[in-house]
Amino acid sequence: MLAVAADRVWKYFGDYPALRGASLEVHKGACVALLGRNGAGKTTLLRILANLSRPTKGEIRASVGKSGIGYLGHGIGVYDDLSATENLILFGELMGVADPKKSAAEALERVGLGRVKDGLAREFSRGMRQRLAVARAFLHKPEILLLDEPFTSLDDRAIAVLQSLLKDALASGATIVMSTHQIREAMELATDVALLERGKVVFAGPRAGEMLSDPTWLYRTYGEPA
Amino acid sequence: MREKATYALGILGAIVMIWNLHHIFTQMAPESAQGMAGWILFIHVPADFMGDILYTVALVTSILFLVKKDFTYDSISVACIEVGTMFILVNLVTGSIWGKNQWGIWWTWDLRLTTQLMKFLLYLGYLVVRPAIAEATQRATMSAFIAIFAYADVPLVMMAIRLPNVRTQHPSPVIETGGINDVAVPFVVGIIAQLLMALALMLVRLHQENTRREIDSLRRELHAL
Amino acid sequence: MKSGLATALTIARKDLRTELRTKESINAAASFALVILVIFSFAFNLERDEFYAISGGLLWLVYSFAGALIVNRAFSRELPNDCLDVLIASPAPGWAIFLGKAVAAFLLLLLVEAISLPVFGLFYNIRWTESLGWLVLIILLATWGMTIVGSAFSAVIVNVRLRELMLPVLLYPILIPLLIAAMGGTTALFQGEPLTGENFGYIRQLIGFDAVYTALALYMIEFILVF
Repeated sequence: MLAVAADRVWKYFGDYPALRGASLEVHKGACVALLGRNGAGKTTLLRILANLSRPTKGEIRASVGKSGIGYLGHGIGVYDDLSATENLILFGELMGVADPKKSAAEALERVGLGRVKDGLAREFSRGMRQRLAVARAFLHKPEILLLDEPFTSLDDRAIAVLQSLLKDALASGATIVMSTHQIREAMELATDVALLERGKVVFAGPRAGEMLSDPTWLYRTYGEPA
Repeated sequence: MREKATYALGILGAIVMIWNLHHIFTQMAPESAQGMAGWILFIHVPADFMGDILYTVALVTSILFLVKKDFTYDSISVACIEVGTMFILVNLVTGSIWGKNQWGIWWTWDLRLTTQLMKFLLYLGYLVVRPAIAEATQRATMSAFIAIFAYADVPLVMMAIRLPNVRTQHPSPVIETGGINDVAVPFVVGIIAQLLMALALMLVRLHQENTRREIDSLRRELHAL
Repeated sequence: MKSGLATALTIARKDLRTELRTKESINAAASFALVILVIFSFAFNLERDEFYAISGGLLWLVYSFAGALIVNRAFSRELPNDCLDVLIASPAPGWAIFLGKAVAAFLLLLLVEAISLPVFGLFYNIRWTESLGWLVLIILLATWGMTIVGSAFSAVIVNVRLRELMLPVLLYPILIPLLIAAMGGTTALFQGEPLTGENFGYIRQLIGFDAVYTALALYMIEFILVF
């Protein structure tokens, strides 16, 4: 069963096509590692899947509405002048969570920020801010998670927290699409892999053995020469 | 082909305008032309008309862009607004000169002049903000939004300056004429001349806008390589 | 799932809470208003009775300058940490996000105006407590017009270079019909005239402006937020 799919999506910025007929089918319960060089269109594709941007041509199909999607982009997406708890309660309310206060408290515990729940986000260290961002993305137990280079510049504690949350999410049937340069961390969790090259998906399939042992294999086999 | 059309329209417009001025100075009775300074009215009034027409076209193409997302509409919008604002500026300047000649003052805050200045200011915002938006789709979308807001303001301005104690009436030009036909011809011909020139200018601007977008996208493609 | 209006309220509360915690833009706007009030005292050397003729104009100059500062923050406060993306990706409808921010900006600007009014009355010896009802009506209507248009433009230029410089160029021409009515009506009130009969035109103009731009802004904001 399809969780989310992009069907021959084109995205123009002015006259420049960032996506040129990108097609991707993501089945429920899969964890897709979206690879590609900078400028390949990973962020553009994820933003379109997250309803932040509209495709110029082509279609997006998703099995859930906006309340079932969790998005973690480049920015952490929390307010510096609100406390960790206030932030999560706010986003809980926006995402339609049944009991925002309870969910917020649980999420903070889960990412190890329980003790600083009333601290303002601006007072947090970088690693703590990242964990708060992760808490926000997973707060409403989304069925589809869209993560744009989530491992970039995380400290080790944040990486551990994120990987643990991702594993739990997959275990409860969520679907994950994750763009990344950190191929190793992503490959551990990935069930499927897709390679985006110049706005097109040039490879999409299950994660194979070669990919795990040699992360650059995919680029060499399907991508353009460096 | 496009270049030839542009030159043809521009030259034709210039010829018509020169013919019109010649007609005004040689054929018309001096009273009809408000004395020798009155000829400027035959540029001043058509310019207002052209400005309004172009702003209205820009409104329509702005709405069309938002609905259809076709950049042709955006190019037409910006060309219309730039050329239209130029015509309003011509209208303001010629009106000021005529006013100085007739009543001895360069400016007065009456209804008409105030309205025209307002139109200029509203679309000046459009012209100032548009180049500051780097990305083409965003630029076109925001421009369309601004153009629609600006157009909606014009009737509100016209109502507001008629509120008590705000502005005085524009002294209506009293045109002593030999007959309505006498004055109508130069006005209509003046409009035609300006229309031709407007079209020429717009073709230039349209081409420039399309080229710019192409360059931007090529530049971005180059960076991605 | 919350209704749109409930979402708007949530966003409004959030904006108010963050602003009241730091008070950054309120302090800036109120200080600016105070400074302008002082500077204007040097602009004219009028007798007290003559001054009434420009009193409304001065008050709304001060309010509109302060307003630009407040309103600019409406969407620019969402830029750090990419919070705007999270709002747009959420199920919250675009118009609800916008309305919540406009309401918050409206209340913050009212606060600055309420602080400035007694200072204005003090510096310029204007009796503003008479006809307070009409004055409050003008202030509410005109402030709403300023915030709804200002918040819309705040969203338009949120990603534009030199944002703070662009907003006045865009905003003030559009506001002129509103300011004309507010200035005229306020001057009439300070001069002791009630806003009835011919003077009711000022109120009508304000209502017309508010209706047109509230409808336009709410309808068109979706185009600006996602494209």
